Amino acid sequence: MIELVSEDRCITCGLCVKVCPTFVFDQDDNGLPFIARQEDCQTCFVCEAHCPVDALYVSPFADEQVDVDEDELIASGALGSWRATIGWGPGRTRLASVDTTEFINRILPPRPPRST
Amino acid sequence: MSAIEHKLTADVLVLGGGPAAAWAAWSAASQGARVILADKGYLGTSGATAPGGTNLLYLPPDRELRDKAVEQRYQGGGYLSERSWTYHVLDQVYINLERIEKWGYPFVRDEEGVPQRGHLQGLEYMNLMRKVVLKAGVKVLDQHPALELLTDEHGVGGARGISRLDGKDWEVRANAVVLATGGCAFLSKGLGCNVLTGDGLLMAAELGAELSGMEFSRAYAPSAAFGSVTRGRLLGWATYYDEAGNVLNADGNRGQILQRAAIEGRTVYAMMNKADTPEKQAILRKSHAIFFLPYDRAGIDVFTQKFPLTTRCEGTVRGTGGIRLAGEDCSTSVAGLYAAGDAASRERLMGGMSGGGAFNASWAICSGTWSGEAAAAYALSHKQAAHTRNLKSAGRYGLEPSEGEAGGGRQVRQSGDQPSNAELLQAIKHEVSVDINYFRSESRLRDSLQRLHALWPTVGRPAEAASLQQRLRSRELAAMTATARWMHTASLQRRETRAMHTLAEYPEQDPAQLHRIALWGLDDISVRYDAVPV
Repeated sequence: MIELVSEDRCITCGLCVKVCPTFVFDQDDNGLPFIARQEDCQTCFVCEAHCPVDALYVSPFADEQVDVDEDELIASGALGSWRATIGWGPGRTRLASVDTTEFINRILPPRPPRST
Repeated sequence: MSAIEHKLTADVLVLGGGPAAAWAAWSAASQGARVILADKGYLGTSGATAPGGTNLLYLPPDRELRDKAVEQRYQGGGYLSERSWTYHVLDQVYINLERIEKWGYPFVRDEEGVPQRGHLQGLEYMNLMRKVVLKAGVKVLDQHPALELLTDEHGVGGARGISRLDGKDWEVRANAVVLATGGCAFLSKGLGCNVLTGDGLLMAAELGAELSGMEFSRAYAPSAAFGSVTRGRLLGWATYYDEAGNVLNADGNRGQILQRAAIEGRTVYAMMNKADTPEKQAILRKSHAIFFLPYDRAGIDVFTQKFPLTTRCEGTVRGTGGIRLAGEDCSTSVAGLYAAGDAASRERLMGGMSGGGAFNASWAICSGTWSGEAAAAYALSHKQAAHTRNLKSAGRYGLEPSEGEAGGGRQVRQSGDQPSNAELLQAIKHEVSVDINYFRSESRLRDSLQRLHALWPTVGRPAEAASLQQRLRSRELAAMTATARWMHTASLQRRETRAMHTLAEYPEQDPAQLHRIALWGLDDISVRYDAVPV
């Protein structure tokens, strides 16, 4: 579930409010988004992909709230890692342009012989 | 409904924000229609496609390859599909994927320079489709969930809903409406699936439209026990273990391992140790990248460490049932109303088995294209302008009682005996659990359907109609309950095992039941059999 909106990084563009498929964010009077309906988060990570300043963190735990520490997330490289993986952002190679899905059948594990 | 502040008109209104909606909006606009697209979420992120990626039913125009694929599908779908539709989809999807490439999607090429168009990365694909739709002149209303359709004696005439952005009600009048709102996954948190609550099915049924193939809704996808990423393809490189460390898939078959464990209360673990070199691991990481995200973040190295798995319900999303299509142009039995993507029954293409996401993804592209084209032609030839029609709202369930109506018509319940939205959701989820809806038996389904019928009057009138989110949830609960009732009704009608449908009492396919099952109605559900055209 969504666990963090970094106030340091947020530029109050409001994009996360708009792109969240389940509408979990609201904006305060200063335009700063906050997690208003965490229980509605479906853990789909799309807000992170669209955040231009890597200010959001979605924890992998879909059914339980966990505590996160912004400094630790920055240190581990987790903050912004999904946007980096799909290659969005200036100077990056888009995942779609190096997509290996069509080639994974070349490395299929051998199938054990079927018992009859 | 309260006073409507946003009133708009168009030729074609498209409801939904996934691939089918995007293609329908683009297609209708390309025919010269004025188009509005309204989605519950955001065009570009909504639905099952955007967060991850999707394989496609896609073959080069090679007669032999296509004949083989069509035949395989015909058999795999339990002989309920029509070969002509499968050919039609193969033709159309080839054209549309060439379009996607021309619009800027960076398909990888193989060593011979052949573009590999059989897989799309979801965010890239849907971001591109958003740009294409906007460039085509479509007015896009994000965060504008539709609550009900508008109608008169001539058919559908638009929709009403609420804007999550300003909390106000909206109305769009249009002589043609495309329902591309997706299937129903019962808020199971499968990847991207929580916007898919059967809304379009309920809206169509309220206008008298039929549903078909609702028994083909027995889909449960593997995901990390703690996570949401329901992408199973890469688990082909996994060994499954029980709690004691015994290997469960030594025969290479993952089959029903997770579903069996679910009903027996056991946990299954997996480890991707069949990707046993750094080269193989790198290839997998750049394919379904989203698969790795939850594990990486939880600190689990999937190639060397075991991780617990569960299943999440995908209902009709990875099933094939939905709004019955009357014509090849994706028209329904209601004048002006069209259905596309997972909201529509996909039986004509794939019978009773979706065969993974690939068929559904290609279906979304094709049905979107065809429905948009037909909706535009219908709207542009309509004699009366939509804003002059005497339209009434058709929503009857899960909506707040309008003033003056209270006490008349359907019985208004005391708030005391009305379950909360959370209680209702829990009850509905139980009825589509693995126990009841995967391991199907007549006796369990019959009991479940009785409970769902008993639940139905309580979802008709929401107890919580205060906030915007609660209004939406009340409507979603009505749609999910209706969908579950149609699913179980259809499943009990098909007394055999065919394609993805099973009944414990009837484990064989019965040649006498080679028909589709069409349903209609809400308070009372009617059933008829539909012959499969040859």
